[in-house]
Amino acid sequence: MSSLYDDLGGAPAIEAAVDIFYRKVLMDDRISRFFEGVDMERQAAKQKGFLTMAFGGPNNYTGQDMRRGHAHLVKMGLNDSHVDAVIELLGETLRELGVGEDRIAQVAAVANSVRDDVLSRDPKPAA
Amino acid sequence: MPVIHHGDLHLSLEPGETALDALLHAGVAVPNSCRAGACQSCRLRACAGSPPAAAQVGLKETQRQRGYFLACMCRPDEDLTVALGEDAPIDAEVTAVDPLGADVVRVRLAAALEYRPGQFITLLRADGLARSYSLASVPGEQAELELHVRVLPHGRMSRWIADELRPGARLRVRGPEGDCFYVAGKPEQPLVLIGTGTGLAPLQALARDALRQGHTGPIALLHGAVTPAGHYLVDVLEDMSRTHPSFRYTRCALRGEPAPGLEIGGIEALAAAMFPKLAGHRVFLCGDPERVQALRKQSFMRGARMSEIFADAFVTAPPPAVAT
Repeated sequence: MSSLYDDLGGAPAIEAAVDIFYRKVLMDDRISRFFEGVDMERQAAKQKGFLTMAFGGPNNYTGQDMRRGHAHLVKMGLNDSHVDAVIELLGETLRELGVGEDRIAQVAAVANSVRDDVLSRDPKPAA
Repeated sequence: MPVIHHGDLHLSLEPGETALDALLHAGVAVPNSCRAGACQSCRLRACAGSPPAAAQVGLKETQRQRGYFLACMCRPDEDLTVALGEDAPIDAEVTAVDPLGADVVRVRLAAALEYRPGQFITLLRADGLARSYSLASVPGEQAELELHVRVLPHGRMSRWIADELRPGARLRVRGPEGDCFYVAGKPEQPLVLIGTGTGLAPLQALARDALRQGHTGPIALLHGAVTPAGHYLVDVLEDMSRTHPSFRYTRCALRGEPAPGLEIGGIEALAAAMFPKLAGHRVFLCGDPERVQALRKQSFMRGARMSEIFADAFVTAPPPAVAT
């Protein structure tokens, strides 16, 4: 199956998606504090990397990159509830772009796959 | 094979190798993360040679024009020289120093510098003191560089400029820098220019540059100051709005009496009232860092695309410590 990244139209589509997603993040009291840097452009670029990865586009992130990139947020109190909120807003963004629910679930699964690295913890043993 | 030049390094690229691969392999600490052209951590600038289009996807138009590229996506067809950091300073001669408004001095310099109206340069005094100022001039209108210097009560550079700098003096300048300039290509797009204090300098130059380049869409300039005494170039800009129907000029001040063309109030609230929806607009913001930051967020939340907001925050140096 082709990736959502390709189906949406590649890099230009990510640009549009990031604008929608970042506005939602900044308006969301649960998580906005993790994303309000002085350098909004830098923040938006990081989110572009995240969406590209979540949509199955080209990326070479490693678990170590994820841990390093989020360690300062974990210190600020980043936890599962915040990751849930991000995934929720990601879903809303995709709905606005007309993406179907099966695809949204797929993207959520990719985002969930990096949850342990983002939160700097060991993977949970399989139940 | 194309060669990447970087200082003393001359790296011949293997087939398929990226500029990032080669630089990392040679021990250059280039920050990087996604290595797929998304996160922009590995952004570098070519000062000679043209980076391939694939290495400039997702960058701002102004950055593309200045030679920026993403090293992880850069498999060049030709040799590239990667900038090491700052360019070497060049000589400049002061040709005029005149008062322009309350606390604002206009400096004109003769210097062989290529720039875009709205970019900034750094002035270097002989003793090493350095301060950045936006360019208020438009090449093609005048040969000299023009700066609007706000004279701060304890400003080491600005007080010296106002009190001691005279025509004939020689300085050095470094630059230009900055992404706050007009790029042709969407002549009908509405432009919104908001600045405080000498943030007017780059914005009025940018507006004139856009008009010269045939911009036909509306250009709205909002200049904020603490009191109406802080507005300068008022006659020039009012003339400009009479000559160019697409250009609208509004002043605002925190305190004072309202008058035609002059609103009283905070600049963010006024900007919100004047520009409630900014989808499809190109936005330029210059001046006080806190105002620029707030206006950037506000503009984005009101629909401007992140890639179409160009901002230049004027950070002032802390005043010198008082001797006790």
